Amino acid sequence: MNAPFLPEALGLDRLALGTRARVASVDWAALDHGEACRLRHFGFDEGVTVEPLHLGPFGRDPIAVRVGRMTVAIRRKHASAISVTPLGR
Amino acid sequence: MNPPPLVAVAGNPNAGKSALFNALTGARQKVGNYPGVTVERKSGRLVLGDGRPVEMVDLPGSYSLDPASPDEAVTRDVLLGRQKGERQPDALVIVLDASNLDNHLRFALQLIELGLPTVVALNMVDLARRDGLELDPAVLERELGVPVIETVAVRKRGIAELQAALDDMLSAPRCGVHKHVKTDLFHLQRRAREIATAAVVSETPVRRWTHRLDAVLLHPVLGPIILAAIMFVMFQAVFAWSEAPKAWIEGGVAWLSNLVSGALPPGLLRSLIVDGAIAGVGAVITFLPQILVLFFFILLLEGTGYMVRAAFLMDRLMHGVGLSGRAFIPLLSSFACAVPGIMATRTIDDPKDRLTTILVAPLMTCSARLPVYTLIIAAFIPNTRLVWGVGLQGLVMFGLYITGIAGALLAALVLRRGVLKGSGGGFMMELPKYQWPPVKDVVIGILTRAQIFLKRAGTIILGTTIILWALASIPQAGPGKKQSEVSIAGHIATGIETVVSPIGFNHDIALALLPAMAAREVAVSAIATVYSIDSPGEQASATKLQDKLQHRWSLATALAFLAWFVFAPQCISTIAVTRRETNGWKWPLFMVTYLFVLAYLAAGATYWIAVAAGL
Repeated sequence: MNAPFLPEALGLDRLALGTRARVASVDWAALDHGEACRLRHFGFDEGVTVEPLHLGPFGRDPIAVRVGRMTVAIRRKHASAISVTPLGR
Repeated sequence: MNPPPLVAVAGNPNAGKSALFNALTGARQKVGNYPGVTVERKSGRLVLGDGRPVEMVDLPGSYSLDPASPDEAVTRDVLLGRQKGERQPDALVIVLDASNLDNHLRFALQLIELGLPTVVALNMVDLARRDGLELDPAVLERELGVPVIETVAVRKRGIAELQAALDDMLSAPRCGVHKHVKTDLFHLQRRAREIATAAVVSETPVRRWTHRLDAVLLHPVLGPIILAAIMFVMFQAVFAWSEAPKAWIEGGVAWLSNLVSGALPPGLLRSLIVDGAIAGVGAVITFLPQILVLFFFILLLEGTGYMVRAAFLMDRLMHGVGLSGRAFIPLLSSFACAVPGIMATRTIDDPKDRLTTILVAPLMTCSARLPVYTLIIAAFIPNTRLVWGVGLQGLVMFGLYITGIAGALLAALVLRRGVLKGSGGGFMMELPKYQWPPVKDVVIGILTRAQIFLKRAGTIILGTTIILWALASIPQAGPGKKQSEVSIAGHIATGIETVVSPIGFNHDIALALLPAMAAREVAVSAIATVYSIDSPGEQASATKLQDKLQHRWSLATALAFLAWFVFAPQCISTIAVTRRETNGWKWPLFMVTYLFVLAYLAAGATYWIAVAAGL
């Protein structure tokens, strides 16, 4: 899932809380149409800065992610389709 | 005469659209449904400065014209003039959240491209300022090519200016509408970001309120504890706050009943009005306070933005049984009444998730079960204290709630493995900023619910109680015979009795089950009606009813009766709303069948275990 030309890229689900990162690529094929639509509507796209803020209390799922000026909650499974490159704290 | 011009209010979810709509139209609102779909249509009236009326319609919040849910499809279709039962709007008010422009402008750009006369309400500018964000509406106006007005809908700021802009637009001649709008999200999003960046005058980074609150409310340990505490307070309040108004309503019903009894000669007519209409409807409207208190909390939790956080906290657990965190809100509402709960499932995007939630919602202990539980528990469970603060009666009540919840989770699990198999829909939600909802919005919400409930009490429940009364009173029993056996209802009940006698139900219960299809609480008034018709001249009071039950029912029967009511789908309104929400009879019939089977098995098991235990 990680883009091969960006070795440091990792899934958004593995990014530590409070770490800002840039979206390197989104594996749209791993999502169904509705899910992909929603993610796009929330503003997830290549080049956008994201930051995981909170984790659900049970099984660390879902994840609350800051994207642009919004905070959205997505499940771990969907977060793993989003590859990011950390920008440092 | 031409109909008044139609103005649509559109915008992203959480842009403060409803607050703006309320500020524009006030309490003069109508809530209905779009034909054929299960999307709520909210409309209201606005009177312009020159006295011209305007019809306003509040479109469902959307992220784009490329719909991802039935709600969004309605928004698109209304705007394109394709929605059945709706005219094409003459003008458009686009609501933007000032602090979320880069996202909200994308939809706004699509909407503006439609070519309708449009005005943009740059809403919640106060919250943006609080977060250190200063915007220039003139830049926005230039980039978007439509008037932009700064508003704070919850404080009614900018509303007069918005009305003036509408006035201007509706006076100008109208041009056609473009039916083909670009849905190239990438392009739109880039343009939205450009405009948003250009409109920012200054941005001071401040630690945002919402983040500070979330650090506590979404904390992995504190979060669930706070949620549990809020739920606890809510349910305490549902009972505690409604006690006094409930007593007033009961007093009023008794007063009316006495008044009519005194004014009319004894006979069929008096019996119809007093035993039928007043007793039946009176028993039901005593729940109005509880339902309203619950809705007060739900509206408050929703309006502040906490409800989505609750869904976030609960999502993983709900996911475990194949539901999404979004189901938490409808299921919680179902503790008041499954009807609004089922209506609230509209926020669930995934159709299978939604259907599962609808099918298990009736298992949540709704307030209509309370009178049944209260009566039986008071009559059969001794009021002993187990440990400090915990009584046996309370424990049984708690057990009934838990059985309902466990039943719902189990049913969801089985449904998701069986008839509704498929990958769980996702959980993707925006976490909006926290804010205080305006008192007016909460009041309007509560009044709307009260109106819906009273309409139901005045129609379905009044009708069924009168029919029941007629069935129970005709033909009149001769001397020495029991009315409950001679009447038409008695004969029907004898038929039902053969089916339910293996699970310990007697003739009186069989008789009560029939009208209790209208609503569960009617079981209580039905039993009361049966016993009062049987013994005229006696006032049917709650304590008397308890005594009668103790003499006529065994403990095993009473427990089986409780178990029955945990599961049985005895509520015409729930069945009707399920039919409406699922667009057909297939799922309501499925729901009724599986719940009756569960009820029969549960009551049977309870009865036989109790009998075996010598109770």
